[in-house]
Amino acid sequence: MNSSVIVFPGSNCDRDIAVALEKMQFKNQMVWHKETKLPKSDLIVVPGGFSYGDYLRSGAIAGKSLIINEVIRAANDGCLVLGICNGFQILTETGLLKGVLLRNQNLKFINKDINIKVINNDTKFSNKYKKDQVLKINIAHNEGNYFTNPDHLKELNNENLIAFRYCDENGVVNKDSNPNGSLENIAGIFNSKKNILGMMPHPERMVDNLISNTDAVNLFSSLLN
Amino acid sequence: MKFSVTVTLKKDVLDPQGKVVQDTLQNLGMNNLKNIRQGKYFEIELNDTDQNKAEKKVDDMCKKLLANLIIEDYKVNKI
Repeated sequence: MNSSVIVFPGSNCDRDIAVALEKMQFKNQMVWHKETKLPKSDLIVVPGGFSYGDYLRSGAIAGKSLIINEVIRAANDGCLVLGICNGFQILTETGLLKGVLLRNQNLKFINKDINIKVINNDTKFSNKYKKDQVLKINIAHNEGNYFTNPDHLKELNNENLIAFRYCDENGVVNKDSNPNGSLENIAGIFNSKKNILGMMPHPERMVDNLISNTDAVNLFSSLLN
Repeated sequence: MKFSVTVTLKKDVLDPQGKVVQDTLQNLGMNNLKNIRQGKYFEIELNDTDQNKAEKKVDDMCKKLLANLIIEDYKVNKI
């Protein structure tokens, strides 16, 4: 499977995701944001970091970069797109995913391992997980507080477009297990065609027992499935 | 031709930064504070001479980049 990782000035998780993809046997290429053509890709990853130093709003400038037009075109043609952390923020700024990531409710940058629950396991990104499976995964963000309008929130629930919710280690989803104030503990969402996933937690950090755990391996093996 | 653009969070969007500023001002003894909302301010200078056209351009800039209309409102003024 061919993957492309888009690199912006200020991206800092691009090499981590490249290592994770290669470990999972993807044929990966890095694509600089000034490129106007994407290599042949089955999966495009918009990585985490602080593209353009978070100027204006997180993801706002990257969301108007040259390569993004190609990402939008590929996504509309059905290519799989994964936005992680700042990548999720960028995808909302492009309109590929609806909603917005606001400043964390407690105004703090949060970097810690938390738990999320797999809500929809019937997608290209999550078919190797069990429904309601609890994963331990790292978050590291200042703007991860997911917000959207009531109509879209309804759509997310009715169409099963919520990928992950923050929970505690027993899978309980409540206010105490919500690290950043996200609406209904949302940690990741799909677009309506489910070929785009945006998530605040970092799956690329959870693919090796040497540094953490392997809870995100199944996300990548789902894509290969 | 010069314009100012003010971008603020919509009324029903939580503004934690504004809240902290408000709390801090209260701690400094500023009483009777009702509410504080924090926003962004831009000054935009254009070479255009036609005011209508220029205003349209600035409006377009706001919609395309300066404001995220899901959570923010903007106001344009000629200065």
